[in-house]
Amino acid sequence: MGRLKRLRVNMIKCDGFGYCAELLPERIDVDSWGYPMVSQKPLTRDLLEHARRAVLVCPVGALRFDEVDR
Amino acid sequence: MTLAGGARLLSGPPLDQGAEPLAAHRARLGPRPRGGLGLIETLKASGLNGRGGAGFPAWRKWALVAERAVGRAIVVVNAAEGEPASHKDQTLLRHRPHLVLDGAQLAAETVGASHVIIYLSRTCDGQRRALEHALHERRIAGDDAVRPSVVTCPHRYVAGEASALVNGINTGVAKPMAVPPRAFERGVDGRPTLVQNAETIAHAALIARFGAAWFRSVGTAASPGTALISVCGAVVCPGVYEISLGVTLDHAIGCADGMSEAPQAVLLGGYFGTWLPADRIGTLHLEQAELDAAGASFGCGVIVVLPRSRCGLVEAASVLTYLAAESAGQCGPCVFGLKSVASTMTRIADGDGHSADRALLRRWSTEIAGRGECRLPDGAVRHLQSAMTTFAADLERHLDGARCAVAGRQAPMLPIASGADEWVA
Repeated sequence: MGRLKRLRVNMIKCDGFGYCAELLPERIDVDSWGYPMVSQKPLTRDLLEHARRAVLVCPVGALRFDEVDR
Repeated sequence: MTLAGGARLLSGPPLDQGAEPLAAHRARLGPRPRGGLGLIETLKASGLNGRGGAGFPAWRKWALVAERAVGRAIVVVNAAEGEPASHKDQTLLRHRPHLVLDGAQLAAETVGASHVIIYLSRTCDGQRRALEHALHERRIAGDDAVRPSVVTCPHRYVAGEASALVNGINTGVAKPMAVPPRAFERGVDGRPTLVQNAETIAHAALIARFGAAWFRSVGTAASPGTALISVCGAVVCPGVYEISLGVTLDHAIGCADGMSEAPQAVLLGGYFGTWLPADRIGTLHLEQAELDAAGASFGCGVIVVLPRSRCGLVEAASVLTYLAAESAGQCGPCVFGLKSVASTMTRIADGDGHSADRALLRRWSTEIAGRGECRLPDGAVRHLQSAMTTFAADLERHLDGARCAVAGRQAPMLPIASGADEWVA
């Protein structure tokens, strides 16, 4: 039932500010060059608010929600 | 099973005679049938897969466009062929332009397209001339409903990637874009767009004439039909040849009159491809299951034989440096990751490697793969990993600061485009 949310980064837009990884370390790590590595794991309910803030705070709008079938 | 007598795409007059004229093409193969939705079923039954590198089933692409097209789709014949060691699409355009153009018309009629575009590198003057002459012949003959236009692209490795191609045609800048939307959803002019490699389109032109069973009468069940290969390196006659899928690597190399030196390894599938040790030459069949098991893919049909007299790490470093320079500069992990990999591999090839470099290269591989909007970083990582495996003994020596006996004495042998082209064609 329903659809699950996860995050997706548009790598062309991303400039590696890294705020998202600070706000959501549970799902976002940074690589050797400071770019976010976003987990494909769906977001659990307790992470949704943090994820929303990470999406909002990205200075270049590179992070967005992606819906997947449960 | 060489197709000397049974060649398909390359049957007809010898290649040194230039482009086959329209009249000769028709006399040899008969008139072009009409396209229509039935052809999608025929393509499905034929099992034709895309020959540009990714191997996506042709019929699915056509169906995805056809169901959205309502007569306003676009067909793009992709002959960008940015892969430096690949010459098959250029060979087809130069010598069998009408086969490609027949396929393009069939595709347009089948998916419901109002425009056909032939997309090729701006460096391919000979191909462009052959194409324009062929288009002139067809205008006089007057049986093509859609009049194709020719669009040139920068000579860049990624210019033929579907989203880069759409971007290049729409804006003049052939850099990859974020997907979705994919070309079949919103491509050229925002319309559903069929992007199909020139060789694939040419196969479709023959399948429309002779049928799915004919196509499957050579090759294997999972890898039916024939394919063009570009063979170079330590072979007697480098060039473009046609094989039945399923033959051994050894057989494919035999098309080029065999090896000119004792082999050390083979690069299969292009610069996105895989280095295989020489002992696979006699055993590996060029068909899906065996290639999958070997962690390899047929890719765009490039086969490079590396002789024992060369250093594989020098070649891999050269290719990775080239691929890093071919990055469109858009995605951080590609821009910085490929640069890191290339400079480290170059240092190792030069004999200045450190024992810590191996772990570093492994970590970077996992950090780079799958992290770009196009597949350039994935391809580079694949090349790197197979080089580290196939040339493991040399890597060991180089990391000890010793390097092998041949490195540093010779320039790399793999062809590399000299200097990156501008992004705007």
